[in-house]
Amino acid sequence: MNILKKLWLTLSTPSKAGVGLVLALGFVGGVVFWGGFNTTLSLTNTEEFCTGCHEMADNVYQEYRETIHYSNRSGVRATCPDCHVPKDWTHKIIRKIAASKEVWGMLTGIIDTREKFVDHRKSMAMREWKRMKDNDSRECRNCHNFEYMDFSEQGSRSVKMHSTALASGEKTCIDCHKGIAHELPDMKGVEGWH
Amino acid sequence: MKKIMIVLIAMSIATGAVAQTKAEIMVNNGGVESLRGSAELDVTRSADKHKRVLKDREPLQRNYVHQPPIIPHQVRGYKVNLNVNKCLSCHGWKYARETGATKISPTHFETREGMTLSDVSPRRYFCQQCHVPQVDGRPLVENDFKAVDSLSQYK
Ligand code: HEC
Ligand code: HEC
Ligand code: HEC
Ligand code: HEC
Ligand code: HEC
Ligand code: HEC
Repeated sequence: MNILKKLWLTLSTPSKAGVGLVLALGFVGGVVFWGGFNTTLSLTNTEEFCTGCHEMADNVYQEYRETIHYSNRSGVRATCPDCHVPKDWTHKIIRKIAASKEVWGMLTGIIDTREKFVDHRKSMAMREWKRMKDNDSRECRNCHNFEYMDFSEQGSRSVKMHSTALASGEKTCIDCHKGIAHELPDMKGVEGWH
Repeated sequence: MKKIMIVLIAMSIATGAVAQTKAEIMVNNGGVESLRGSAELDVTRSADKHKRVLKDREPLQRNYVHQPPIIPHQVRGYKVNLNVNKCLSCHGWKYARETGATKISPTHFETREGMTLSDVSPRRYFCQQCHVPQVDGRPLVENDFKAVDSLSQYK
């Protein structure tokens, strides 16, 4: 069957059209605000872009400024996209389309005050943990490579955990390093926390 | 008129001089050495070098029986608040075996009235009220306290 015809059929069937429309809108939103082309992509892959929204600038950004990934002895930094936006093209595009939700969130004011942000933090954090758990903390590993960790330079507590649970693949970075860049939500019921 | 002017000028010079000596007295530390060193009171002494928290070590010797042990590791970024207690994610009974940390002792479950709770007692929740890490500094005041012999080998 002709591809165009198939597409038309899909779009003209009401229930499927709904889905199609949402996808299309999502994609357009993603393209417009996060960029669908490499130039826009790299423009939107900066800390300045992320902190352009006060939702990000007043909350997570302030908290992150006190952490090791913002300032440390070697001056090497991890910026927002380093941890939140995949490096390879396919995953990046998928994440960017998903991010059109953030534009919607801004328009509807879902986290436009500190109180709303704090209330909403747990659900956002859980999505982020799930994403990182599912991809074996890929973004962390872009910079931190287990192969090159020098255990003789690490603290004894680090070595104990890295040489066992991490080495065996039983756990991944985000299982043990939650809250590395931002304040944590109420951790009741989260595995590994009191 | 001239005389009055002269008197006035003389008086103002005199009071100025008095004010000056008074100011001198106000900032003079009288030769007393304190934790600030011998800096005069109106001088901001330059700050000491920043001390470093020592990295992971063996537990440190305790000096008396009910001493809260000193934290033998870094605690940078560890949060203890309404939402989270980072310390308990290693020292809680649930996680101590897996992480190799010392279990919190039963006293941490006791209320002020001596009742034992099933979870950490609120008065023991904020760990760093009692437990502190050590920096590589010299003691501000020399101290020759010695642990009793029965504790001296204890780690
Ligand atoms: C248009 C304003 C805006 C910009 C620009 C923005 N954000 Fe957000 N962000 C939001 C809003 C609003 C939400 C809440 C969305 C929701 O939960 O519905 C959010 C949520 C998030 C979340 C939680 C995701 C989830 O699954 O719940 C992450 C992570 C995040 N933003 C990271 C970033 C990064 C990284 C950048 C830069 C590449 C960025 N944001 C740029 C407004 C923005
Ligand atoms: C852009 C590169 C980059 C990314 C991505 C990154 N890090 Fe880091 N990380 C660093 C640098 C640089 C340091 C600091 C090194 C130093 O001590 O100077 C660091 C330090 C750390 C530390 C040591 C903290 C301490 O107090 O000593 C931990 C733990 C850590 N990162 C975990 C993570 C985790 C978990 C992720 C993924 C969510 C991640 N990192 C992503 C670059 C990165
Ligand atoms: C099983 C739990 C666990 C896993 C999985 C894990 N870590 Fe760690 N990591 C620790 C502990 C415990 C410490 C030491 C305590 C601390 O710094 O809070 C530590 C310390 C570190 C440090 C500081 C090292 C030092 O001693 O200076 C870095 C960097 C780090 N982790 C990065 C990572 C990265 C990157 C991953 C994923 C590839 C990872 N960790 C996975 C438990 C874990
Ligand atoms: C070192 C990696 C790292 C960096 C850098 C980083 N984040 Fe995050 N971010 C995380 C992790 C991990 C989470 C999941 C929640 C947690 O563990 O704190 C998260 C969660 C979030 C959330 C969800 C709300 C929350 O607090 O859990 C938002 C929004 C967010 N990040 C935005 C940003 C923005 C904006 C920047 C740049 C100013 C940034 N992040 C920099 C790792 C990072
Ligand atoms: C990543 C796991 C981890 C975290 C988080 C952690 N500790 Fe520890 N702690 C340890 C380990 C491991 C030891 C050493 C046990 C040994 O070698 O016998 C230790 C030792 C101690 C000791 C000495 C115990 C003794 O018998 O002398 C104290 C006190 C202590 N920690 C307090 C704290 C406090 C307070 C916090 C939170 C600010 C904290 N720890 C966070 C793992 C951790
Ligand atoms: C009010 C002061 C106080 C607070 C708060 C407190 N502790 Fe203690 N802790 C002590 C004292 C005193 C001891 C030694 C005697 C004892 O076991 O009661 C001790 C002992 C310990 C030991 C060694 C136990 C052993 O069996 O040798 C650990 C580990 C410890 N505390 C961790 C913690 C952690 C983690 C927290 C926070 C959840 C905490 N403490 C809060 C006073 C305190």
